[in-house]
Amino acid sequence: MYLLRLALASLNNRKFTALLTMLAIALSVCLLLAVERVRSEARSSFASTISGTDLIVGARSGSVNLLLYSVFRIGNATNNIRWSSYEWLAENPKVKWAIPISLGDSHRGYRVMGTDTGYFQHYHYGRGKSLQLAKGRPFNDVFDVVLGAEVASALNYKLGDSIVLAHGVSEVSLTKHDDKPFRVSGILAQTGTPVDRTLHISLGGIEALHVDWQNGVPAQSKGRISSDQARALNLQPKAITAVLLGLNSKIATFALQRQINEYSGEPLQAILPGVALQELWSLMGTAEKALFVVSLFVVLTGLIGMLTAILTSLNERRREMAILRSVGARPWHIASLLILEAFSLALAGVLLGLLLLYLGIAVSQGYIQANYGLYLPLSLPGSYEWSLLGAILAAALLMGSVPAWRAYRQSLSDGLSIRL
Amino acid sequence: MSSALIEITKLGFAWPGQQELLDIPEFTLQRGESLFLKGPSGSGKTTLLGLLAGVQRPDRGQICLLGTDLNKLSSSARDHFRVDHTGYIFQQFNLLPFLPVLENVLLPCRFSASRAQRATSRHGGIEQAASQLLGHLGIPAALHQRRADALSIGQQQRVAAARALIGQPELVIADEPTSALDSDTREAFIQLLFAECRTAGSSLLFVSHDQSLAPLFDRCMSLDELNRASRATEL
Repeated sequence: MYLLRLALASLNNRKFTALLTMLAIALSVCLLLAVERVRSEARSSFASTISGTDLIVGARSGSVNLLLYSVFRIGNATNNIRWSSYEWLAENPKVKWAIPISLGDSHRGYRVMGTDTGYFQHYHYGRGKSLQLAKGRPFNDVFDVVLGAEVASALNYKLGDSIVLAHGVSEVSLTKHDDKPFRVSGILAQTGTPVDRTLHISLGGIEALHVDWQNGVPAQSKGRISSDQARALNLQPKAITAVLLGLNSKIATFALQRQINEYSGEPLQAILPGVALQELWSLMGTAEKALFVVSLFVVLTGLIGMLTAILTSLNERRREMAILRSVGARPWHIASLLILEAFSLALAGVLLGLLLLYLGIAVSQGYIQANYGLYLPLSLPGSYEWSLLGAILAAALLMGSVPAWRAYRQSLSDGLSIRL
Repeated sequence: MSSALIEITKLGFAWPGQQELLDIPEFTLQRGESLFLKGPSGSGKTTLLGLLAGVQRPDRGQICLLGTDLNKLSSSARDHFRVDHTGYIFQQFNLLPFLPVLENVLLPCRFSASRAQRATSRHGGIEQAASQLLGHLGIPAALHQRRADALSIGQQQRVAAARALIGQPELVIADEPTSALDSDTREAFIQLLFAECRTAGSSLLFVSHDQSLAPLFDRCMSLDELNRASRATEL
């Protein structure tokens, strides 16, 4: 105990270097933990983007591609699937529910998705959480739109606002569906999934937008059909982009998957969302691991900085050591003094790093959730994080034993002679 | 137990790879005696003190402190033995600058149970012992909690003396403690040191090259007289 007091008093005497060393360790620890937290949060939020859906069906391409456009709204479908195929799927006795999805339009960079009201009922994310409406109600009319939370907050839309959708999915779209504005009927609660960045309209709405289009361009003025005229038409879609399926029994998943893949009507592909998610994550996992390794190296740099600071101080502290030896400190006392010094520096660094981390999370939590859909919890460190911190302290002890050993040798050879 | 505090017989010592530095056939220091040991720098003074402290081991011969042969003790037992029975005053920069004055005086009691115990039995507590000693040596109580490096060099040397004397070690070794002091404070310091050594019943081994202080001591010796190795090099 007395040695610890001595070590702290000696550190206090070298306050400036000690503070800098501690700060370097603290920042590196904070970085490591932040990366770790973002990493695990990203992984879990990614894995829980979609749940409760047993199969996703689309035109034949790659499973990752299908997952990307149907769930993450990234990229485009290579092909559409016929409405008759959807009907075939929906009628299958193994299928409990089938949600059609139609993509291809956008609004100021956010994707528009045509679907039916079953989507709000059956689409689940996280651990079986269903979509909740924060305001309003699902679409009812052909020209109703339900906004994802981020769309509403970023573009500052309220219930009843009128929105013009654009054709195509590029941020700057050339063709606008400005003849058929939509009205905001509902706003979904935040989910932290791509749903937040989506505008949901009915399949009929998608049809109505394009009902007067010919050969991929809008009709000229005389051929145009107004919103009210469109409402009266039969808005049964001829093609959709993908289908989300829920089954009566999970055991039937593989059998149905094979049946869909072998469907003779048109080339279809069914994927298991969990498997595809894993496949996708393993693609991104390398970057995530690299980030982790980099932050480990930053911690190592911090510790080496500490080692340098202590080793440099050794020479100017020979007098201190000789005085301690003269009043009865044994060489192992001197060695433990240095180990204690390294340990307390690292411990203070770790604690300060934790403090910085929590301050950082507290300050940026809202911003990160709003902008990146990542919820960083202000929770106590988990067992993995504790073991990381423990490993850092152990590394500090190990590093402290280097100057400790040198001081031990030094104090044996110097004895009581004071070398200046 | 004999009345000799230090007994050296047939001591020989050389630093590795060098010719013999010390060759002392015989040397004794009595209990309660104050001895002035004169020697120019480089004459092996510091080495002799290192041997007496048990930090270095002699190549041959015997060093007995209080009848105990230092050679026969393990290195950690020598460390124990040293702090239990010896107080040190160095040339200068004796104190840990980052500790308060009082805490500096207390250092030997932190590492030696027997000195802490002696200080307690005489003064009722180690802190009382430290502040009484500091008082006797002319360090006002107002300075006791100040950082050691806030004091003047003269004051620091008196604090160092208090530290050497706390817990009444049988031997106080002073290695040129006055070299950083001016001549006025030098004699005052030595008188104070004498008085406190007498109260504590400690022998004083005072090493210096400054001959002018010699008359104040019970006995005066030159290291060159003691050390046959130095005579050999002179011849």
